[in-house]
Amino acid sequence: MAAVRSLPHRHFDALIIGAGGAGLNAALRLADADLRVAVVSKVFPTRSHTVAAQGGVNAALANALPDDWHWHMFDTVKGSDYLGDQDAIETMCREAIPTVYELEHAGVPFSRLDNGRIYQRAFGGQSQHFGGEQAARTCAAADRTGHAILHTLYQQNLRAKTHFFDEYFAVDLIRDDEGAILGALVLDIESGEPLVIASKTTLLATGGHGQVYRTTTNAFINTGDGMAMALRAGVPLQDMEFYQFHPTGVAGKGMLITEGARGEGGYLINSDGERFMERYAPHALDLASRDVVSRSIVTEIREGRGCGPNKDYLLLKVDHLGADVVHQRLPGITDICRVFLGIDPANEPIPVFPTAHYAMGGIPTDRYARVVAPARHGPEEVVPGLYAAGECACVSVHGANRLGGNSLLDILVFGRAAGTDILSYVAENPHHRPMREAYLEPSLDRLSRWERRGEGERAADLKAELRRLMEEHCGVFRDQATMAEGVEKLKGLRARVENARLRDHSQTFNTARIEALELDNLVDVGMATLMSALHRDESRGAHSRVDHPERDDERWLKHSLYLREGDRMDYKPVRTKPLTVDSFPPKPRVY
Amino acid sequence: MTAIRLSVYRYQPDSEPSASNAPKSDSESDPRRPKPYMQTFEVQAQPGMMLREALLAIKEQDETFAFRHSCGEGVCGSDGVNANGTNCLACITPIADLKQPIQVRPLPGRPVIRDLVVDMTQFYEQYRAVDPYLIRKDPLPEQEIRQSPADRDKLDGLYECILCGCCSTACPSFWWNPDKFHGPAALLQSWRFLADSRDQATDERLDALEGPYKLFRCHSIMNCVEVCPKGLNPTQAIGRIKELMLEQSV
Repeated sequence: MAAVRSLPHRHFDALIIGAGGAGLNAALRLADADLRVAVVSKVFPTRSHTVAAQGGVNAALANALPDDWHWHMFDTVKGSDYLGDQDAIETMCREAIPTVYELEHAGVPFSRLDNGRIYQRAFGGQSQHFGGEQAARTCAAADRTGHAILHTLYQQNLRAKTHFFDEYFAVDLIRDDEGAILGALVLDIESGEPLVIASKTTLLATGGHGQVYRTTTNAFINTGDGMAMALRAGVPLQDMEFYQFHPTGVAGKGMLITEGARGEGGYLINSDGERFMERYAPHALDLASRDVVSRSIVTEIREGRGCGPNKDYLLLKVDHLGADVVHQRLPGITDICRVFLGIDPANEPIPVFPTAHYAMGGIPTDRYARVVAPARHGPEEVVPGLYAAGECACVSVHGANRLGGNSLLDILVFGRAAGTDILSYVAENPHHRPMREAYLEPSLDRLSRWERRGEGERAADLKAELRRLMEEHCGVFRDQATMAEGVEKLKGLRARVENARLRDHSQTFNTARIEALELDNLVDVGMATLMSALHRDESRGAHSRVDHPERDDERWLKHSLYLREGDRMDYKPVRTKPLTVDSFPPKPRVY
Repeated sequence: MTAIRLSVYRYQPDSEPSASNAPKSDSESDPRRPKPYMQTFEVQAQPGMMLREALLAIKEQDETFAFRHSCGEGVCGSDGVNANGTNCLACITPIADLKQPIQVRPLPGRPVIRDLVVDMTQFYEQYRAVDPYLIRKDPLPEQEIRQSPADRDKLDGLYECILCGCCSTACPSFWWNPDKFHGPAALLQSWRFLADSRDQATDERLDALEGPYKLFRCHSIMNCVEVCPKGLNPTQAIGRIKELMLEQSV
């Protein structure tokens, strides 16, 4: 490994790690303001996982049905099972409207209504008048909304001349003695050479970690890199027990079938051909919240009403909508069904099963996307120079369960918020803080650990074991004994990863090395998930304890914080006070 | 279980392990010699198996094997490769459709970095060269710019491009002039903005395409249409650009 002194250094006003929607929306704001912005991405930007988002982005535009941002706020608070921070949720739902118009002006090819306005469809958990009739709030570009948004944001960043480091892997944050973040050590994947990017501000926008589960809608790259970097820099992770299982992944394979399929009128049936959601959510039916629908599916299967030879999946019917609707409104879903199942969804129902999909938890931030951590003066002290936005962050707008269409919204609103706050931070802090060699040592040690030669287990085998472990011990339904056993197994696995070895020590485009570094990250976020889940002995949103089936607001209306050092848990209150409107107090959650 | 046979292009530029304390092996049997070669692998067949899964199974056997991939469902565009002579996305190409032993090579015409990983710099440069973003001159409305469903339909078949590079790297004109000819992927994007009723830079876009190379090196060979994994038609888009040029010049 190169001596610290000889490492090349680059200097920027803002370093953005991750080139999905959050990172690119922040970058656009900053590059348009003539800041020196570096975007580091381990893949070419348009390969980021935002590209796979299908159904759309929520905003109360009222193009299709009456709507109001306040109703959107109510639905989001209720959907979060009252764990969401209401100041952040108010911000998101208000900002949604100008954000979607801004995207449209940037060129996103939204589908259109006859009057030329943006097409909006119904999605789960949406209502008019605070819990009344179904709303239609999800702005869509067919079922390729994420693709349309990501490509547009990348294109606008080309116009703004943002500086991209494509195929660079972020190893770790660089932290000084006072806890301020000075940038990151990154690895040029093509050359294998490390590079120091010194920056006045750093935004983590690295997305989710679905790869910690065996079957997931997430891409290979979704390995929780930013979350684990934060943990190693001493920042806790918040609410990691809340992991969303999307009701409709393709059974056994995991590809996502958008909630938009049900928004367009599709519904689920069991082996008796029964529309079983009538029993679980008599009012909202198939458009109940995702946690509710996922649990209903698993319950149907456990009670023997699954479909297929092994009775291990259910069917999503859209064939009654007619080929025109299916092929025009859901062309991406049609492709997935044809390629991976050999069926046309306009003729045959789709076999589905709840699939690991989305992290509600993540790096704790305030509504300006500044990372906050417990320190001397309270649980929410700003970490100087560090920001987080998107799935890797927990602001927290999703609380215990995210509504469909709110994740694209989250990345856009809080990516932009990060950009805005970085502008003022850099204006007030115009100089780089001093960089010392010692600050780089922890990240260089992490690289050297994988350079050790000799015998040892392989990273790929350990990753497969981790993914099975998380599926078995921290899935849709959870209990004390299973999770406690999971934590013990994961501690054992973590020790084995410490001693694992690479066979391939070559420099050029060494993907085995990148996957090993990703495995370190997956182990850390896996432990955060299991520990947080084990300690919360109530059921709320996506965290469903069979041994504690009720929500317990008296003891648990609070955010979990997991700290890597000593695997410690800490807690902080939920921000129940919005900015300008009244609080929505906790109520029983029925759909 | 039946076995799948693949013959895979290998190129390992680091001819020897980078650190001096690594064991030296005999150069004849060392698979990391610096010249490219084809290597045969056998992997276990799975029902509904895609080419990407077979490549992942190879990586299980030999972690030095490198290829790009991510989403696994044909939307991120990372895993363009050449299988049995045809460019494709490995993640949505069924093994069952490929004659064995399956010859897997990097996308043609690009410098190889390692194994199936190619240098796409020129491809991305050509994409940037067409100013692939909406240009609007009028003041922006406070709400959306209206667009009729019929005008929006004109973008179907254009905006779905995932920049996988299968088309441009199958194009002989792009092989000869990758520095001067924009290539099918970039020209499809050029038309995507020309066709957008909201865009207001038609003249500038057309002017920028003048000259013998950028647009006019396309000879309608249609390899791009043949291989596009998203079923898009760059040749048709290029034809539309030419028609529009003609219209504007009259």
